[in-house]
Amino acid sequence: MGKNLLLEHDHVPGIQSYEVYRKHGGYAAVEKALKQLSPEAVVEEVKKSGLRGRGGAGFPTGMKWSFLAKPEGVARYLVCNADESEPGTFKDRYLMERIPHLLVEGMIASSFALGAKSAYIYIRGEYFYVSRILENAIDEAYANGWLGKNILGTGYDLDLYVQVGAGAYICGEETALLESLEGKRGNPRIKPPFPAIAGLYGCPTVVNNVETIAAVVPIVNMGGDEYAKIGIGKSTGTKLISASGHINKPGVYEIELGVPVEEFIYSDEYCGGIKNGKQLKAVVAGGSSVPILPAHLILKTANGEPRLMSYESLADGGFATGTMLGSGGFIVMDEDTSIVKNLWNFSRFYHHESCGQCSPCREGTGWMEKILHRILHGHGKLSDIDLLWDIQGKIEGKTICPLGDAAAWPVAAAIRHFRSEFEEYVKHPEKIKDVQHYYRLNSLSEA
Amino acid sequence: MNNIRFSDESLALVQKMIRRYPEGRQKSALIPILHIAQAEFDGWLSPAVMDYVASLLNIQPVEVYEVASFYSMFNLKPVGKCVIEVCRTSSCWLLGAEDVIRHLEKKLNVTVGGTTNDGMFTLKSVECLGSCGTAPMMQVGADYYENLTLDKVDTLVEGFKSSGKRKSYTDKPEPRTI
Repeated sequence: MGKNLLLEHDHVPGIQSYEVYRKHGGYAAVEKALKQLSPEAVVEEVKKSGLRGRGGAGFPTGMKWSFLAKPEGVARYLVCNADESEPGTFKDRYLMERIPHLLVEGMIASSFALGAKSAYIYIRGEYFYVSRILENAIDEAYANGWLGKNILGTGYDLDLYVQVGAGAYICGEETALLESLEGKRGNPRIKPPFPAIAGLYGCPTVVNNVETIAAVVPIVNMGGDEYAKIGIGKSTGTKLISASGHINKPGVYEIELGVPVEEFIYSDEYCGGIKNGKQLKAVVAGGSSVPILPAHLILKTANGEPRLMSYESLADGGFATGTMLGSGGFIVMDEDTSIVKNLWNFSRFYHHESCGQCSPCREGTGWMEKILHRILHGHGKLSDIDLLWDIQGKIEGKTICPLGDAAAWPVAAAIRHFRSEFEEYVKHPEKIKDVQHYYRLNSLSEA
Repeated sequence: MNNIRFSDESLALVQKMIRRYPEGRQKSALIPILHIAQAEFDGWLSPAVMDYVASLLNIQPVEVYEVASFYSMFNLKPVGKCVIEVCRTSSCWLLGAEDVIRHLEKKLNVTVGGTTNDGMFTLKSVECLGSCGTAPMMQVGADYYENLTLDKVDTLVEGFKSSGKRKSYTDKPEPRTI
């Protein structure tokens, strides 16, 4: 069954406004945190909740917070990662557009926990219209005494700002985001030092995803122990899933972690089954970067257990037979989908978005795109499939940031599970009907 | 080119942006200011405009050039009044983005990346815009146009043409039904 902690009120008319949000219990978490709890106690609740980063990495949030350095007299920052750019992911936009005050409330409670007096929401530039919605919510929060000096008379001061980006997938990587926030190119930094030690302007900084920060609100309200009872095992709480592709009911769904994948795809409560009565072919379960799985492996693990929507179950079997929950960008493909063409689409994306700092990623993503392009157009050789395998292996783990891994994993998984389809393209070029010259599309972004 | 200057309204906004950051960190406001500049100076960032922005922030011009050239939303060449950006990635691609792109190429008589002779439209195809549940989609200025059909695209294009207005990311967005 659907469990709504974040999206409980998303369909209430006027919930974007302060008055309606407040009437539905809004800002109770800030009141509780600032008046009844100490910053350390809020961190403790988040630790107890088992909350894991909702941007894709799934790192325990409470632990990330506890790494924050607290040298005397040095500013600390909380930065919200609203750069949502992982293909297949649109939950943060949905949340910010529908219930902007939930993010603002989460930012205040989290900043208080971390001792930050300035906080930024870095939002991708394409979401300009959403940044206006957030700014409006922030203005309302200031006007009602939830931001600014001496909040609720507790002596706690906080300023919250929205910063827009300008189109770069890489800025979703936390150190690239910080570079961009400082007005630079989004080139990821070498870690260590981690942002918790030296982040924004060299100061200790926590960077958290929109959904992660929003989840702090119910955690403070209900307590970490109660939150941890929701979900399954170490996958506690709820997760927003962005469902798209060949399904009857695309959209954002809040699920209690642990829902069976089969139920998620076929139940009318969620995706409502495959569009046009087709068969399921494959799913990319956590945004374009995670390994694609064929139907039989996404519905059941290699051991025949039902696959669940949780960090552990989706990862069951490692990359050989499993995948990752990632950002929750759930892309469904029907029986007519060409895996080769889809992979080329992804590879073009990573080539386009590589920042160019590390040679394996800068060069390798371009090579992979080129090779896939020629296979797709009937000019491939069987050895190209092994060449792709070789290149992805030489990118993975050999770059400053995870974009290299993100570019390599989809290639590896597509070959691992659908090798025969690549061979078909090579052996029977006459079957390739649609030989549009896709390279033309490549010059596009330079306009 | 010394006549490049923001309107008083924009200058006030620029000053407000700069105040969001700690003393000495005014460069943080660069990307927001470039958005304002692009909207105000005909939809693109000429070297002269970038130099002007550098002078406002008291940074070297090259610090502006390297940023402007990194981010895909900044145009370094003149563009049409309406830049139509069609999402080409993943779910949009699975659900017909290519058809939308080819249709627009024919309708506007341009290839992707090109600008129509009358200077009204530039057609771009861009990477995932985070609207996968409402694919296929395109962005024009501040607005997302979702669940596209070719008919819907035609109606939109006619609408842009008859209004003749420049569309910018910083525009007040059209009301959305959500």
